[in-house]
Amino acid sequence: MIWDWDYAFAVAPKLLDALIVTVQAALAGFAIALVLGLLIALARRSRFLWLSLPVAGAAEFIRSTPLLVQLYFLFFVMPGFGFQMSPFLTGVIGLGLHYATYTAEVYRAGLDAVPRGQWEASVALDFSPFHTLRAIILPQALPPVIPVLGNYLIAIFKDTPLLSAITVLEMMQVAKIEGSETFQYLEPLTIVGLLFLIVSLISALLIGRLERHLGTLRRT
Amino acid sequence: MTTTSALRDPAAGTPALDAARPMIRFKGISKAFGSLTVLDNLDLDIAPAEKVALIGPSGSGKSTLLRVLMTLERPDTGSIEIDGAPLWHMPGKGGAKNGGLVPADAGHLREMRKNVGMVFQQFNLFPHMTVLRNVTEAPVHVLGIGKDEAEARARDLLELVGLRDKLGHYPAQLSGGQQQRVAIARALAMRPRVMLFDEVTSALDPETVGEVLNVIRKLAEEHNLTMLMVTHQMGFAREFADRVCFFYQGRICEQGPPDQLFNHPREERTQAFLRAVLES
Repeated sequence: MIWDWDYAFAVAPKLLDALIVTVQAALAGFAIALVLGLLIALARRSRFLWLSLPVAGAAEFIRSTPLLVQLYFLFFVMPGFGFQMSPFLTGVIGLGLHYATYTAEVYRAGLDAVPRGQWEASVALDFSPFHTLRAIILPQALPPVIPVLGNYLIAIFKDTPLLSAITVLEMMQVAKIEGSETFQYLEPLTIVGLLFLIVSLISALLIGRLERHLGTLRRT
Repeated sequence: MTTTSALRDPAAGTPALDAARPMIRFKGISKAFGSLTVLDNLDLDIAPAEKVALIGPSGSGKSTLLRVLMTLERPDTGSIEIDGAPLWHMPGKGGAKNGGLVPADAGHLREMRKNVGMVFQQFNLFPHMTVLRNVTEAPVHVLGIGKDEAEARARDLLELVGLRDKLGHYPAQLSGGQQQRVAIARALAMRPRVMLFDEVTSALDPETVGEVLNVIRKLAEEHNLTMLMVTHQMGFAREFADRVCFFYQGRICEQGPPDQLFNHPREERTQAFLRAVLES
């Protein structure tokens, strides 16, 4: 098997187009995971059992089952219940939902690290529960966990090839289609791997910077 | 005097002080954590502007009493009144159960808490906020007063505690004694009628204990705040308090003016406790 530069240059533009879809899916899924994860973490801490117990059960269920199964379920089973969505939207929701159960654990660690006295001082000063969270607890709970959350962005990004299973035209899917047409898989798959590597490295670099920035911001 | 204007004017905003009505009334308060009874059917009346020191062995319930008054813990039984108004209960809508009272909702608790301020053993300042912001945050967001007015009030209070020059500092840049004085200013900024001090010098280096006690002494002498203080500083309790309550196993075992309780304790438990504390 010999590397064919002409073929590589021919498929690269298509793969770069598909990279945009991949990045979009990862970012959109990450956005859902960030918001939903915080809501799950807060709901699990609720003293109302009707809220905390079902949320805890659902989160554990989603976290303990494979993302691929969940994607298949969303894509092939949910339409039977009347929920018909595009493959891309289905994939984004699947990624967001799955990773929200992981980010929820990250948020939980951050919330647990805030001393009890901060909550008690907030009660003593008569803050509303919402103001306590927004102004006192979250500003202390979030900065330390932002780098960990960032790592989940990379993890989501690397899981996007699973979306090819539900016909999303992301990089992996495009590479497979190209390969199956020419029976030359080496070039497209290598390019896909390299693109994943490049984007992941750039993300890791940015997260590292953000981490240092937060480190210098904190308590000075 | 700027320091006086920073606090609630004793004559304004509050009903005429009724000498017969206690500022705080604990009635039959019990609280257990699991099988451990921390407060055991406790009764205690505190007069307006009275300074009361709560002493006793650890686990005897004195801190828990402050915490149920601050609504950090819910008592299992009994009732608390602040200036005649029930704290953990409120008038029900036409229901005659409990003499027309039902358990307090969040709104009632928030309203009642405005009367009470608390200073903690571990300061519990907000580490991500400057000293000034620590003191203005609650007046602005809870009382709804303007930012400028809140900052003026904060400056006066920080003057009172001797930290006027630390407005822009963060808590981590201050010593323990300085942090605790900021915490006192922060509680006073809400203009409470009752101030609770929960072992406020226990976490301090010995050399900074004095500066915090001086601030509390000044507050006690110059203002008519009702003050409850849990302390292990017997010397300070003696000079600060109008009345000292000795707690033992969730009850008040003995109480009286400092001179009587410290010099002529009647109960054997009190005598044993004082012997142990004063000898150490």
